[in-house]
Amino acid sequence: MTSTIEQLRKRAEADARTSGCYLVPDKDLLQGFIEGLQTNEQRYGYSSCPCRLASGVFEFDRDIICPCDYRDPDVAEFGACYCRLYVNKDVSEGKKELPSVPERRPIEKQARAFGAASIPKQEKVAPQTSAIKEEVEDLVEIRPKLWYCRQCGYVVYREDPPYVCPICKAKREFFTEIKTKVEFFT
Amino acid sequence: MDISKIPGKNTKHKVFVYALSTCVWCKMTKQFLKDNDVAFEYVDVDLCTEEEKDKIRKEIQAKGGPLNYPTTIVDDKVVVTGFRKDLLKKELEL
Repeated sequence: MTSTIEQLRKRAEADARTSGCYLVPDKDLLQGFIEGLQTNEQRYGYSSCPCRLASGVFEFDRDIICPCDYRDPDVAEFGACYCRLYVNKDVSEGKKELPSVPERRPIEKQARAFGAASIPKQEKVAPQTSAIKEEVEDLVEIRPKLWYCRQCGYVVYREDPPYVCPICKAKREFFTEIKTKVEFFT
Repeated sequence: MDISKIPGKNTKHKVFVYALSTCVWCKMTKQFLKDNDVAFEYVDVDLCTEEEKDKIRKEIQAKGGPLNYPTTIVDDKVVVTGFRKDLLKKELEL
């Protein structure tokens, strides 16, 4: 069932509180962002960023489901997230203007949103190696890895480590890949 | 591809906006152009078919634009990314 505008707003508010940021003070902008999130939730089944093109394939869009992976570093560096739904204290109190925020999402991830849903599901899971398939391989293959935070031990299974550890707020540099090896004994 | 044509008295430049139907800043860009009576065309990329999206990606990248929204192309060469009133005013001589 799709969330109501009020539910989405409350969810965003609660998330802002727990992550030390604020919702944009302009009521019309806020309403517009929340409506965009609702449309995307109805369309894709998850509330992806209204300011970015989603692919409709969950694995490709995971990093832009609001609050996106890029929010915390963007709020820390620029004072707002890419959309400007989330802002820092100074912007929230009107001491600073709403900044313009450059796109932090890597171009190869952005490019996946174009035409991704038209590629048959099977190829996304197990791309083959013929010449034509190779051309789309970079676009469609997701290689999640296990990462752990050396500061608090938090473990995450994602393509890339988070910019900031959601538990102890350690920076990305604190994440190390966990190399796994499967051995078979006879 | 569903390209919308918005009429306006100001036809000095050819203006095309790549937008998203869910994006507040895209809506504000369209409104800004309408308020200034600028004739322009736009496409809401999120409402396009997958084949069209792929075509649009190549089109935007060929013009040197990023895959961000809104992206406004003036006279097929100048690229304005985001809702930048100052840049739009400058490029459109408003």
